[in-house]
Amino acid sequence: MFEDLNDLYQQVILDHCKKPRNFREMTPCSCSAQGRNPLCGDQLQLFLDMDGDTVRDASFVGSGCCISKASASLLTDFAKGKTRADIETMFASVHEMIKTGKVIGDVGKLAVFAGIYKYPARVKCAILSWHALMSALKGGDQEVTTESEQN
Amino acid sequence: MSTPHHPDWSTLREDFPILHQQVHGKPLVYFDNAATSQKPRSVIRSLVHYYEHDNSNVHRGIHELSNRATAGFEAARVRTAKFINAASADEIIFTRGTTESINLVANTWGTKHLKTGDVILLTELEHHSNLVPWQMLAKRTGARLVYVPVNGDEGLLDLSQLDALLTPQVKLFAMVHISNSMGTVNPVAEMCAQARQRGITTLVDGAQSAGHLPVDVQAIGCDFFAFSGHKICGPTGIGVLWGRTAVLEAMPPWQGGGEMILSVGYHKTEYKHAPHRFEAGTPDISGPIGLHAAMDYLDAIGRENIWRHDQDLATYAYEQLAALDGIRLFGPQTGRAGLVSFLLNDVHAHDVVTLADQAGVALRGGHHCTQPLMHKLGVESTARASFYFYNTRAEVDRLVAVVKEIQKFFRG
Repeated sequence: MFEDLNDLYQQVILDHCKKPRNFREMTPCSCSAQGRNPLCGDQLQLFLDMDGDTVRDASFVGSGCCISKASASLLTDFAKGKTRADIETMFASVHEMIKTGKVIGDVGKLAVFAGIYKYPARVKCAILSWHALMSALKGGDQEVTTESEQN
Repeated sequence: MSTPHHPDWSTLREDFPILHQQVHGKPLVYFDNAATSQKPRSVIRSLVHYYEHDNSNVHRGIHELSNRATAGFEAARVRTAKFINAASADEIIFTRGTTESINLVANTWGTKHLKTGDVILLTELEHHSNLVPWQMLAKRTGARLVYVPVNGDEGLLDLSQLDALLTPQVKLFAMVHISNSMGTVNPVAEMCAQARQRGITTLVDGAQSAGHLPVDVQAIGCDFFAFSGHKICGPTGIGVLWGRTAVLEAMPPWQGGGEMILSVGYHKTEYKHAPHRFEAGTPDISGPIGLHAAMDYLDAIGRENIWRHDQDLATYAYEQLAALDGIRLFGPQTGRAGLVSFLLNDVHAHDVVTLADQAGVALRGGHHCTQPLMHKLGVESTARASFYFYNTRAEVDRLVAVVKEIQKFFRG
């Protein structure tokens, strides 16, 4: 019945939403940030353990839909071992891909989100954890929301 | 107006052009009526007719078109008074919707009557529209908010506490008639009676009730009743605030401008009586005209018939869904209004709604503008199917089949 949704709910996404990786609190951590989607009430907290400019470990807790959980799971997997600059570059690529479907450069496993742009109501779900990650990297304890995203 | 005892529901469906379309290749099942209802051809035509023949400004012109527009606008006020059995058409104030109606009361009546230490009594079922304006008023005046508690997933108010909650500090009791997220029907007449005995002013949020069951504001015994046109087959952008004449006449104006004045000097203005005192500026004129057509349409069916149909679909849907494994249902088990809120184990409401949409079934997923209630129940969101008279049992069957498929999709 839902064959047309295969580009939204890809197997990798379903797998990460059912068995989210790095789904735990991190205490102590170098920095953390709250992300919230006021549209649906979803929220998550993202934790980073930094070694200078490099992410040693990343994890998250919270509640959300399949897309937002899978996004946070894949993102925390990706972030480990990456530098701040690596993450900023990837954020630009992923942000563009999620909103327009255009894939610039090698986004690895995160390519599973390339179909989201066809579902405008779900773009914010995929982008929430990225905003939390960028906020954590800035060291801000400030909560971020998806409100700045254009629908 | 005489009402048929057995409306031909399938013929009525033909009056709604929008329902006859495919969404994602499947026939549309529109189950988001608590958010907004669809519009029958007669309402759409009334708007077209107004703009093609009568469009003009109201209350100030002397020419023919202005007379027609004014007559149509004021006829809608008279029709609205009849729709809710108001004592007079002067008790009907046109607003943008339920939210603006409540904000009007908070800003005029509330600012005049509330002070530090006073209590505004609400219920835990309230929509943000009957909650945030009172929070803002409380902040301005130093009043406090107190809530009648809800009993859990069933969404029933614990009214045994009401007597104790109606303390001498309570100046206003504002309550929802039908909960948009639970489907609870509150006994508003009894609740208002208890408040009235103590001289407490009452407001009923009728957004989910006005178009679904017969409403008689005098029988309810409230002081204010608010509802929206777009949820009762009318256009968006038009709403109603009903207030008792004595209460309205004692209220200061809210927005200032044209239409609401008797005379204006550079330093002093004399205001009109209600309702015009509360309708500053050129109003939405086509809105009341469309609303008039919607009220005629609904009352030709008979709201007691609509209510029976709503309840039949809600009961049927509740029973079918309750028979499934791994589902959590919200709202009362009996006597519910025409909606069912639910959650599937391990499947987020937004995923349910996205998948249902793919199958042509339009649901709502989210907190339904009742975030405090969702927090109390320990959930972020629910999926909701809300019905109207043009929906059918066959459509409910499609919903149930789709829910089963969704469970399979996430289990597999």
